Amino acid sequence: MEFNTNFILGCSAIGAGLAVIAGIGPGIGQGIAAGHAAAAVGRNPGAKSDITSTMLLGQAVAETTGLYGLLIAMLLLFVKPLGK
Amino acid sequence: MEQGVLLTESADIDFMIHGVFSYELFGQTVWITTTHICVLIVMLVIIAFCLAANRVVKHASEVPGTFQNIVEMVVEMLDNMIGGVMGKFSPKFRNYIGTIFIFIFLSNISGLFGLRPPTADYGVTFALGIMTFVIIHYNQFKYQKVKGVIAGLCDPWPIWAPINIIGEIAVPISLSLRLFANVLSGTVMMALIYGLLSKIAIIWPGALHIYFDLFSGAIQTYVFCMLTMTYIANACETD
Repeated sequence: MEFNTNFILGCSAIGAGLAVIAGIGPGIGQGIAAGHAAAAVGRNPGAKSDITSTMLLGQAVAETTGLYGLLIAMLLLFVKPLGK
Repeated sequence: MEQGVLLTESADIDFMIHGVFSYELFGQTVWITTTHICVLIVMLVIIAFCLAANRVVKHASEVPGTFQNIVEMVVEMLDNMIGGVMGKFSPKFRNYIGTIFIFIFLSNISGLFGLRPPTADYGVTFALGIMTFVIIHYNQFKYQKVKGVIAGLCDPWPIWAPINIIGEIAVPISLSLRLFANVLSGTVMMALIYGLLSKIAIIWPGALHIYFDLFSGAIQTYVFCMLTMTYIANACETD
């Protein structure tokens, strides 16, 4: 079955928009991590640098799933694997 | 009808890799791209820094000058970071971690100087991921021996082995994709701002450069080196 190229490109754009919804999860996760880090600094201000580096490491790892969504959106928009 | 650009065609949004010139090698067309040139520039900067540092350290004075101070600060910072994570294994991997740290950091912040960051090309980050993968498994076989590696693969039960193998293969891919996607997202954001808001993008994009290039780049460098060190230290541990 032959599809119109414009139809495929439009659907790719919609798919790209849906793919970046993946950013919700890391946003919530990073917020929770930052909140707990703030609480930890409040309890133990001496360990501020350790807490900050641990928090940043955990947030950067948690960010990965959101970035996969971004990559899918990028591929759909600019590489256009379906519209060839 | 030209389907090339999904965004507005009038704006010159440019964050793609461009080919500069091509040559034939064994019947294949090989392109020299902007990534190669940016990697070369970064390498030249690192080599110049290293030569200068070598000369300064060889004639080190009792009261350090400005440049000697900077070199000592960088080396001390790297030593502390690596020693804090890897403990007794740190002397063997100081060279590798320090090298990739400096390379990734300079690559990430090269967006500040108008280059396209080399780490925003999956070829570069995947090469770094593969290097880490090889080092992890070389050390795993060296320290835990074949028996330990097989025991590690069959961790809870032998039926778990395929999942463990997939987990091992996912390490370099997730490491490299994380770095790549972070730097690429910064590059795309800056290209969109300069392309779509070119009329009013006067001074304030500087603040965004600080965030996307400097802050995000430094964090991602730290994360990449930290995860590499954790994986290698795990592989070295004998129980």
